[in-house]
Amino acid sequence: MSKYRLDYLDELEAEAIYILREVAGQFEKPALLFSGGKDSITLVHLAMKAFRPGKFPFPLVHIDTGHNFEETITYRDEMVARIGEKLIIGHVQDSINEGKVIEQKGKNASRNALQTVTLLDTIAKHKFDACIGGARRDEEKARAKERIFSVRDEFGQWDPKRQRPELWNIYNGKIHKGENVRVFPISNWTELDVWNYIRRENIPLPTIYFAHQRDCITRNGQLMAASPFLNMDADDKIESKNVRFRTVGDMTCTAAVESYAFEIDDIIHEIASSKISERGARMDDKVSEAAMEDRKKGGYF
Amino acid sequence: MDILKFITAGSVDDGKSTLIGRLLYDSEAILVDQLEALHASNRKNDDGSIDLAILTDGLKAEREQGITIDVAYKYFETDKRKFIIADAPGHIQYTRNMVTGASNAGLAIILIDARKGVIEQTTRHSFLVSLLQIQQVVVAVNKMDMVDYSEDVFNSIVADYKVLAGKVGLKNVTYIPVSALKGDNIVYPSAKISWYTGDSLLTHLENVELEIDDTSAHARLPVQWVVRPQTDELHDYRGYAGRVSSGSFKVNDKVTVLPSGFSSTISKIEFYDKTPEEAIAGMSVTVHLTDNIDISRGDIIVNSAGQPQLSNLIEADLCWMDTRPLDTTLTYLVQHNTKTIRCKISEVLYKVNINTLEKDHAEDFKLNDIGRIVIKTAEPLAFDPYQLNKANGGAIIIDSRTNVTVGALILRQAVD
Ligand SMILES: Nc1nc2c(ncn2[C@@H]2O[C@H](COP(=O)(O)OP(=O)(O)OP(=O)(O)O)[C@@H](O)[C@H]2O)c(=O)[nH]1
Ligand SMILES: [Mg+2]
Repeated sequence: MSKYRLDYLDELEAEAIYILREVAGQFEKPALLFSGGKDSITLVHLAMKAFRPGKFPFPLVHIDTGHNFEETITYRDEMVARIGEKLIIGHVQDSINEGKVIEQKGKNASRNALQTVTLLDTIAKHKFDACIGGARRDEEKARAKERIFSVRDEFGQWDPKRQRPELWNIYNGKIHKGENVRVFPISNWTELDVWNYIRRENIPLPTIYFAHQRDCITRNGQLMAASPFLNMDADDKIESKNVRFRTVGDMTCTAAVESYAFEIDDIIHEIASSKISERGARMDDKVSEAAMEDRKKGGYF
Repeated sequence: MDILKFITAGSVDDGKSTLIGRLLYDSEAILVDQLEALHASNRKNDDGSIDLAILTDGLKAEREQGITIDVAYKYFETDKRKFIIADAPGHIQYTRNMVTGASNAGLAIILIDARKGVIEQTTRHSFLVSLLQIQQVVVAVNKMDMVDYSEDVFNSIVADYKVLAGKVGLKNVTYIPVSALKGDNIVYPSAKISWYTGDSLLTHLENVELEIDDTSAHARLPVQWVVRPQTDELHDYRGYAGRVSSGSFKVNDKVTVLPSGFSSTISKIEFYDKTPEEAIAGMSVTVHLTDNIDISRGDIIVNSAGQPQLSNLIEADLCWMDTRPLDTTLTYLVQHNTKTIRCKISEVLYKVNINTLEKDHAEDFKLNDIGRIVIKTAEPLAFDPYQLNKANGGAIIIDSRTNVTVGALILRQAVD
């Protein structure tokens, strides 16, 4: 390898830092959407590299469905205290109380779909003009099509047929009042890149990413964590399993995988040899062939 | 390991998406659940086999129409290299999306349908690949299964393309006969094309040499952000954050800040908790200077010994990407590096006729037109001619009425 070419992880890192700084430079009121998952944890780490010793030029924003893995919330609060940055929380429960959304009923009830409303309300309330997110193009086929600066209209909608050209590394963040831009600094990272980076940088993670014992039930062929948020009935059999989570979202739609990966090296090995994609463990994507595209058109991340 | 970014190009239905699908499928880069979705999909080929194009045609509208509308990015790696694929649309209506993908590519695979040979869209895309200076080109003559894997057909297309390559100025061109549908010569060599002795597409992609942007090129750092903590202990801290776009900077280097022209010396390079002696092209760093000068976002730090051109009247190639034609009386915005300022296209010198590749007199400048113009900017731009330094020679035009990116500029030279 030449001395004058960066290794791929360094290149991905430098690109992400560049994008974060473009957000800082181009927008009045940006925010970093922090879900507590590994991708947004990686973003926070990249933001440290982009802006320290200064403060972040944006707050962290967490859209809280209320159906969280306890470990994520513990992690979130510890992390915020450690880095000394501002955290804003948008509660789905508030949207329910205000009557803006209605809680789903039945066995497959989830708050995942409801969070889009809370997200859009939070954006409107704080007048955010740019929201940084940890979505990656390798996750899903609609995401594979999205720009790094993705313009959303007043209703948060993504119009895949009218994306702006995006040339070289020149990102056009010009918008009209009411519109906002979703920005994806780690668009070009794969799941494995994220893990290799976390290992290299020694980034601490919530414990649910590592194998642990947990009470689970099997739903639609997938392992779901038993919790008070999951509507269970007599057919549901609770079993204790050795599991870990590949993505972290709402408890009612994030499936576990059986795993004995206790250390990060085990996880990297497991993913490298895995035959199932990360999003394969998300019930929300299974609804239809274009589930993600439809949700994005509706304002979802 | 290094990364090769490549793009597919060529006319609509030449088989670009199928080729990418085949590449991923045969290199076993598709996971079980994605494979299941593929099998479950109702878009099938005529012979009932699965349609590999839907691996990249991820939008509903694309699946419905069987065409690609916007670029899809796909990621895979082999033992040799990591790849970032941009599968571009062939349809002329979506040229701007092809340009989006092409602007960051190090290699272009230009597909040609063996039955059709070189056609207008082949020329258009080849011209764009040349304009954007993509280093490496592979011409994949596809659908060889439809022409009985004929060597003559292949040779005659190669001969035609060589004429085109000469006209548009493409150098490193490699020709490979393939069938994306059947999988010939994509990942595995094919017995049906035994007359071809070169590498399969994947082998070529794994081994092709990429030019290195070496440090002798002039050092450039567009300032994105000024880091000023303004705390008690870091009261005087002032760092200039940005990504080195070309060349390299070392501590003690003499630098000039443009457009102001002030000179100073690099006192420290910071990267989070490290203080490297040198920052090379591609690195995102924070630089400190010995003198306290006024620097803000939009300025560029360059090595004093090799300065860029500084001008507010610049000749450039323009690729128009909006349905509203160019209006030479209108004030647009130009975004170059981290600077966005007002501009006018003060003169259209010529338009390129895509069929003949000749320079035409231009009455108007419409969607997908490409030609040479003169741009007048509200403040001087510190740019390098694109042909000498891609990283500091590209810019975009934004229509301030719609905020949409309407033009791609390849900056060529200052007009005196
Ligand atoms: N016989 C044959 N058919 C092919 C081959 N490659 C692609 N096709 C068919 O050609 C048609 C178009 O293929 P696509 O891959 O969608 O073409 P494309 O170049 O991506 O088209 P756009 O992205 O819309 O420009 C499909 O019906 C494919 O099955 C090939 O090698 N042989
Ligand atoms: Mg296609």
